[in-house]
Amino acid sequence: MNIPKDLRYAETHEWIRADGDTATVGVTDHAQAELTDVVFVELPKIGTKVAAGAECAVVESVKAASDIYAPVSGEIVEVNQRLEAEPGLVNNDPYGEGWFFKIKMLAPEELRRLKTNESYAQQISK
Amino acid sequence: MPVQYSGILDEHQSVRERAGLFDISHMGEFRITGAGALGFLNHLLTNDATKLTVGKGQYSMICNDHGGIIDDLFVYRTNLEEYLMVVNASCIEKDYLWAQTHKSHPCQFEDCSHFYAAVALQGPSSPRILERVIPGAACQVHHHEIKRFLFQGKEIWIARTGYTGEDGFELFFDRTVALQVWGKILLDGREFGIKPCGLGARDTLRLEMGYPLNGSDLSENITPVEAGLGFAVSFGKGRFIGSEALLQEKENGPARKSVMFQMNGITPPPRSHYPILSDGVKVGEVTSGTLSPSLKMGIGMGMVETRFAEPGVPLQIEIRGKPYPATVVKKPIYKPGKAG
Repeated sequence: MNIPKDLRYAETHEWIRADGDTATVGVTDHAQAELTDVVFVELPKIGTKVAAGAECAVVESVKAASDIYAPVSGEIVEVNQRLEAEPGLVNNDPYGEGWFFKIKMLAPEELRRLKTNESYAQQISK
Repeated sequence: MPVQYSGILDEHQSVRERAGLFDISHMGEFRITGAGALGFLNHLLTNDATKLTVGKGQYSMICNDHGGIIDDLFVYRTNLEEYLMVVNASCIEKDYLWAQTHKSHPCQFEDCSHFYAAVALQGPSSPRILERVIPGAACQVHHHEIKRFLFQGKEIWIARTGYTGEDGFELFFDRTVALQVWGKILLDGREFGIKPCGLGARDTLRLEMGYPLNGSDLSENITPVEAGLGFAVSFGKGRFIGSEALLQEKENGPARKSVMFQMNGITPPPRSHYPILSDGVKVGEVTSGTLSPSLKMGIGMGMVETRFAEPGVPLQIEIRGKPYPATVVKKPIYKPGKAG
């Protein structure tokens, strides 16, 4: 299972990559495997303000619909529109082309409350 | 059976184009024997079991006194006074108890579920694969038939039935040779591109055909008339459990009916319990839904007020508070044998 070292993780299986005060969010390799083939992604509207832990996107596999939560508080500034036509990118490249949205962080210190690769690895091994 | 092995879409395509192997050992098997077996089956089940000559099978249902569906099943005549009934896993105890308490004719009704393991070999390449596993079987067993063969000295019943719409077989055998049967079919099927398949693909395949799933599309509150399963109800055979209620409903016309629908354009996949709307007003509920891997579109089955149950009728499926357009379509949504 691929869990890159340079990312932070939410207990709800999102990853987050900070770049200044903007962060990119997607779902982990473990999450995409559990979801099975992703067939539809509902992305948030640009400009939406979200609180850490709030539902802000939906990912649908053949099997079921699952909520995606904002790992940190802020404003959605960009979404990966390619996912609308190519939802399978979530399975094929979860940490790259399969990203969901970018968020302008309100309180970047919230990142410290998220899991490191090691503690996320521990969570999913249970 | 796991949800998936190599992936639902991959397994689905494998069954549509080549072959797939499902472990269906969870299903229940009852053996009914004796001089009263036929009379009892015709009392217990909706379809006419007198039509079964030895070696034939038919789709049938167990209904309650109100005509509600307790279970849907396949019943095969395996010998002159011997029948094999294959029922849904979640209904084994319920069916058994119902049968025991409604025994109208002297016969033995035995639950053999613990004895049998079972696999479903499905897909256009299935006959050629089965030919390798048990030479001669594929050409001797025709559509909806069953026949006894031997595998490593053990009895194996091979039926030409399935839940995918493709040509294929269901094999019932002593559980002590389960690993050998599973392994041999996968080995002999390798050059034909066979894949082990899970529950996920089983669901997408059956839904493309409009085959109902008990517990989702069927329940004790739904009758065969509402479910569109009248073809498996024989009113000509005389009385059976639920026949009065069903006959009355057939004459009066049901208030609601099961339909198959297809989403218009790219939408989230429909799911069970989503509301079905007509011009914004709720007229029914989705009972099963998924993304059709063959069509790449959302498809589903739902129960709607009868006046909306006509192919071509426009409806909306409410998904997370938003209505998405859909159209009632004829079953099946996918016609087997068209893939490459």
